[in-house]
Amino acid sequence: MRKILVGVKRVVDYNVRVRVKPDGSGVALDGVKMSVNPFDEIALEEALRIKERGEAGEIVAVSIGPDDAQQQLRTALAMGADRAILVKTTEHIEPFTAAQALLAVVRKENPDLVIVGKQAIDDDCAQTGPMLAALWDRPQATFCSKLEIKGGSAVIVREVDAGLETIEIDLPAVISADLRLNEPRYVKLPDIMKAKKKPLDVTDLATLGVAVDKGLVTVTTEAPKPRSKGVIVKDVAELIEALKKKGLVS
Amino acid sequence: MSKILLIAEHDGKKLSPAVARCVTCARQVPGAELTVAVFAADTAALGAEAATLAGVAKVVTVADARHAHPLAAVLAPQVAELAKDYTHVFGASTTFGKDLMPRVAALLGVPQISDAMAVESATRFKRPIYAGNAIVTVEVAAGRKVVATVRTASFEAAGAGGSASVSAASPAAATPAHTRFVALSAATSDRPDLQSAPRVVSGGRALGSKENFQIIFSLADKLGAAVGASRAAVDAGYAPNELQVGQTGKIIAPELYVAIGISGAIQHLTGIKDARTIVAINKDAEAPIFEVADLGLVGDLFQVLPELEKGLAK
Repeated sequence: MRKILVGVKRVVDYNVRVRVKPDGSGVALDGVKMSVNPFDEIALEEALRIKERGEAGEIVAVSIGPDDAQQQLRTALAMGADRAILVKTTEHIEPFTAAQALLAVVRKENPDLVIVGKQAIDDDCAQTGPMLAALWDRPQATFCSKLEIKGGSAVIVREVDAGLETIEIDLPAVISADLRLNEPRYVKLPDIMKAKKKPLDVTDLATLGVAVDKGLVTVTTEAPKPRSKGVIVKDVAELIEALKKKGLVS
Repeated sequence: MSKILLIAEHDGKKLSPAVARCVTCARQVPGAELTVAVFAADTAALGAEAATLAGVAKVVTVADARHAHPLAAVLAPQVAELAKDYTHVFGASTTFGKDLMPRVAALLGVPQISDAMAVESATRFKRPIYAGNAIVTVEVAAGRKVVATVRTASFEAAGAGGSASVSAASPAAATPAHTRFVALSAATSDRPDLQSAPRVVSGGRALGSKENFQIIFSLADKLGAAVGASRAAVDAGYAPNELQVGQTGKIIAPELYVAIGISGAIQHLTGIKDARTIVAINKDAEAPIFEVADLGLVGDLFQVLPELEKGLAK
């Protein structure tokens, strides 16, 4: 296949414990470490492996977000993407708008495959992949844990609640990467230097003809209610006694 | 009035326990008139089962051989067509719902709410973000359809006693041939279902091997509990993927959750924080799991578990 497009979202790093702002206007992001959404790293790794097997020509990383998302695209380029596109927006956008922006890029780039992470670890929506597939009127394979290209189609193993489901989809298609699809590579220093010379195009939503959908807005953000502090028992006998008291064992 | 269409999940024979929980969520929407839609190869038994759920006004069945193995690409155009007469479309936040509902929302030209955990009004809902470390209240704009997946752990299951009318429908929509079902390898087990079990025993990385993980199954059987696992245990191959509990696995709300050898990463805790009682057994007294545990026991699981099993047998 000629080309694979990979979605790369800039998110608060996996190891950061986010704090809700006291005025309820959101979570505190000042000075917080930002990274590539871990599921998008898996998506990119899979695209790179397909290319390294000789089954794809070019890998294009796409991000939708602020100017600073160029950092995450540089990481994608350092991992091995051939070029990158930033769709700039300073507004908060929902996955529905992100999917429309990706569709606009897809229309220009005509990829044979789009791979995105199954969800972003900030809003935990898990919507952008299937929404793009719907708007594009193409197959989707969400929660993908194994992928095999077979000419004009792909055989996908999906992690579903019941176990593992295998489906076959015609290309082009949208795939969302689950945790166990692969283990992303570490970026090496020479690759970071090389990535600086790779092309990174910047466009914006308006240029792509995409309006920000205001159909769903966040009204307030609050901290979750903490669980009340429990007790530490000293041994198994005490544990069983406590469980009996709660009526949980007889 | 809110006309709600709930897409029922099932295995071809019985409704998923998630459906009854989604019914409770839907009934909390002010002025709700709830219709449950059953798409299946054979809808007779499933439709009848849905009709008995308390609070369901109508059941619509769509019988089609192509729905024997539901595929989002095939279902979504039909759901979108059926949804035209409704103000709300709900599905469970399971892998089935998370696959289907965004595709439905996009076809309907609206954003989607993921993991609705509380109903504030017909257009206002609460949902978790950042693995449950923050809760947002979101509002759907006037005149837009509300499409949402329901965080089933946040709602009790609706009871029986309903007697909804059942009618057949055949929404006109093209069936794409570009997506084909091949196989489903589902673990067959006599143990309770993880998502709906009142008791769950979970094991983590500290189990150390697939063989050692058997002691989790053994304790679970003693308690009549379902078995879960942390991401670390699944990644290490100690337990199959469908047992993973947490942000990217299953979100559960059992009466009793026993976490064994699980340190309690925030991604795991988000999957269990609605459990009524959390018991943690871990040899590291500083493990974050003890911050959420109602009952904690610091100790070596390989000593504690045999003792616990013995103690429970008495």
